[in-house]
Amino acid sequence: MGDMFRRYGKSATFIICLITAFWLLMLVILPNVTLLESSFRPLLPVTEIGGPNDQYTFANYLKVFNGSIDTTLMGIPVHIPVHVLTFTLTLFYSVVVTLLCFVLAYPLSYFMAKIISPKSLPTMFLLLFVPLWVSEVLRAFAWWIILALKGPLSSLLVWLHLIDQPIRWISGYNGVLIGLVYTYVLFMIFPVYNAMSSLDSNQIEAAEDLGSPWWRTHLRIVLPHCKPGIASGAVMVFMLSAGSLLVPTILGSTTSQWFTQTIQQWMFDALDWNTAAAYAFLLLLMCTLFVSLVMRLFRVKLADIAK
Amino acid sequence: MSAGIDLENVCCDFGSFRAVDNANVSIEPGEFFSFLGPSGCGKTTILRMISGFIEPTHGQIRIGGMDMRGQRPNQRPTALIFQNLALFPLMSIWENISFGLEVRGVDKKTRRAKAQALLDMVDLPDAADKMVSQLSGGQKQRVAIARALAVEPKVMLLDEPLSALDLKLRQHMRAELRTIQKRTGVTFIYITHDQGEALAMSDRVGVMSQGRIQQVANPRDIYNNPVNGFVAAFVGENNIFTGSVANPSGGMAGFDTAFGRLNARLGEQAKGDNIKLYVRPEHTILTETAGSENTIPVTVSEVSFEGAFIAVHAKTENGQTLVAEVRNDGSATVPSIGAKRFASFNAAHASILPDASKGA
Amino acid sequence: MYKFRQTLARVYAYTFILYLLIPLGIMGAAAFNDNKTPSIVPWKGFTWRWFDALWADDTMWHAFQNTIFVAIAASALAVLVGTSAAILINSISGKLRTTLYGLMISTLLIPGAVIGISTMIMWTKIGNGIHSDFILFKPGLHLSVLGQVSYIAAMVMLLVLARLQSFDEGLEEAALDLGASHNQVMRRILLPHLYPAIGAGAAVAFFQSIENYNVTQFTRGGANTLTVYVFSKVRSGITPTINALALMLMIVTLALAVVYEIKRRSRARVEAAREAEARRAAALEEAF
Repeated sequence: MGDMFRRYGKSATFIICLITAFWLLMLVILPNVTLLESSFRPLLPVTEIGGPNDQYTFANYLKVFNGSIDTTLMGIPVHIPVHVLTFTLTLFYSVVVTLLCFVLAYPLSYFMAKIISPKSLPTMFLLLFVPLWVSEVLRAFAWWIILALKGPLSSLLVWLHLIDQPIRWISGYNGVLIGLVYTYVLFMIFPVYNAMSSLDSNQIEAAEDLGSPWWRTHLRIVLPHCKPGIASGAVMVFMLSAGSLLVPTILGSTTSQWFTQTIQQWMFDALDWNTAAAYAFLLLLMCTLFVSLVMRLFRVKLADIAK
Repeated sequence: MSAGIDLENVCCDFGSFRAVDNANVSIEPGEFFSFLGPSGCGKTTILRMISGFIEPTHGQIRIGGMDMRGQRPNQRPTALIFQNLALFPLMSIWENISFGLEVRGVDKKTRRAKAQALLDMVDLPDAADKMVSQLSGGQKQRVAIARALAVEPKVMLLDEPLSALDLKLRQHMRAELRTIQKRTGVTFIYITHDQGEALAMSDRVGVMSQGRIQQVANPRDIYNNPVNGFVAAFVGENNIFTGSVANPSGGMAGFDTAFGRLNARLGEQAKGDNIKLYVRPEHTILTETAGSENTIPVTVSEVSFEGAFIAVHAKTENGQTLVAEVRNDGSATVPSIGAKRFASFNAAHASILPDASKGA
Repeated sequence: MYKFRQTLARVYAYTFILYLLIPLGIMGAAAFNDNKTPSIVPWKGFTWRWFDALWADDTMWHAFQNTIFVAIAASALAVLVGTSAAILINSISGKLRTTLYGLMISTLLIPGAVIGISTMIMWTKIGNGIHSDFILFKPGLHLSVLGQVSYIAAMVMLLVLARLQSFDEGLEEAALDLGASHNQVMRRILLPHLYPAIGAGAAVAFFQSIENYNVTQFTRGGANTLTVYVFSKVRSGITPTINALALMLMIVTLALAVVYEIKRRSRARVEAAREAEARRAAALEEAF
């Protein structure tokens, strides 16, 4: 603080602190505190708010366990509450999306960091950035066109005589998976590329010189070096996937349900904001736990993730 | 035009560390004054206190007789030249130079004219519209000086501004700085750890160590009459003898050492423990026959040719190495290694001094 | 073997680029297909009619206007907040810094739906609490702006902070020493240094705001933004007008990206020429 007084004077320091405080208090902390508080309140008619029935309750959270259905999870038949199922599947498929993104991004990052000539790198970046700047809804829409029953993909495969008749690609969580991977893979590429480009190429050459086969070089030299970048990419992709609402709605099938969609139904169909708050808080909790898990697993700090 | 500076009992603490301890010095208007000392001796802290970036913990700083307490850097009649020059990279050269005028609300035409006049003075007449990144190290140096002069400061403070330049350019810039100082008549306070720089440019030098000003004197006195061992050692080479003082009288004294009694001038602060006898290598002579006083038998162990002079290293009987420097003017005879000689020195050129004045 | 692996990586990279670009190409091409459903198969001939239809679509234009307003407001606020926060973070240290920094970063990790719902609930609750009908406390695009700023500001903060860390504090001291006031130091020294990062931050904020759906969806009340409009079109009766819109948005984006890249390269050339001149001057200095 003393440093700021000396550098910018009292009034500027005051304004800077005020603006930052407005951000953190009014836009971050208080809304989330309110969210938490609301999630414990019952849904009441306006006249009863603040009345004797307006007591804190866990009821909103317990709604997760209402309405069980019979289904199969990975071949095992289970009897499970429908919202718990949605929550579990959202978590599961977000992890799958994260893994797929990593598998797709790793070779490309390596190519960009270590193989491509520095002269063509800016062009490469430009090509990668263009899809990033096309909005999410349009990217999902593009795949909606491609995956349509009589769309280009089916037509192409029929024309190539690989299939006899058009395939319904958007079934189950397929469409959602394809859309999420396409939309968020770039959030894995950039951090992994950043981490990889800071690796001294001599280390790779030294390993190869010592007789290490290429897969071992990656496993023992490149991969460990990229850990912070991978952690950062994994967190970003997971958060965006689990929190996505557009892609699961546009590319979802009749049998796919994403947890954000459930939240939205509480909010706008049931008009029960308090339950929506409780569900939103569950989503936040899932994401926080995932971030802590990744940080623990990769031994990185929060500051390393945000790059 | 220029102002004197008085430091009165100035102390500066950083936490429990005392960076400057009870500094007292009066710098005359128009003087070129250097603070000389190793890194961490407190000289930069003194400079930052004068410029106003740090307030002294105790004591008073006066510029032109005015107490500076509470005056911020932008209110003081000082201009600081930074070690890395701190030229503004996003402004052109003339905007850099006239920045001090711009913030005082001087109109653009006047500023431009003043910047051009200063550029002429520092010998860069064509640089006005260039950017900082177009200039070489020496040119940046001159722009920094011009920028500082533009605000017509009463005192210029220079924080080792030459340290980034290479040797030849540094020597050239020394002379140039000195010329500019004489021409403008502004008081210069110069910070350096390079004793050659300080001795060559300054009217007076303040030698510092461990937060204390050890000695303030003109360069000649600093070199010839150091008040303590630190000053003697920091500004030049020495042959040093340990021993104890015997019958001091009239500024002279005997000094009992392993080589018998040596005679030398007795330093004013030479009291208590840690007292040694210092004599410069150029005042140490080697002869084939023993002289009457201050004579020590030695064996030549190494001869190193340094260009302008030749350094002869010789070992005493108890293994101490003494160095004698012989001017390379063609008249000197250089002994061969292994030769037996007698090292001697004139008592008037040797001093009995304490180690250094320590912080409280 | 090594060469083979390199070729493989190259082939993979080009395939990947195709994977990224082909869907966009198909989407753009469908804008010219004279077919009521947006697709490239079956191709029923070239037409401009979907562009005409887009031009005549008032709802779209209204949504477009809203989007631009929201984006301008959100990026202005995010730049103000993000820059202030970066300066604050840069001048503090220790535990306070770690805590504040962590808090700021964490906003990037909160799902958009959570931000949307929490913003909406808090402001309407404040409105109910003080019995105010003031517009701020009702759902609407202004709440979308506030919700968006809560995380976009963190992005701006990161960009500006990175730039601040390359800033030489000596420049501030030099300016102060030359007699500048604190405001002048801010205006003439610090902010000019930060402008590239602030500009980049504003651009990022603008794009983020335009494409934001989650926060907007939960806070917008009844108002439409372009993203919400496109979304509703995709879900309900869809015609290739959306493709026409998508194509135009992509062209604008691409044009901006290319202009930016050209500017960057010419700046790099100017800087290289300056450094060459400095080297020549230094060589001359050596000579005397």
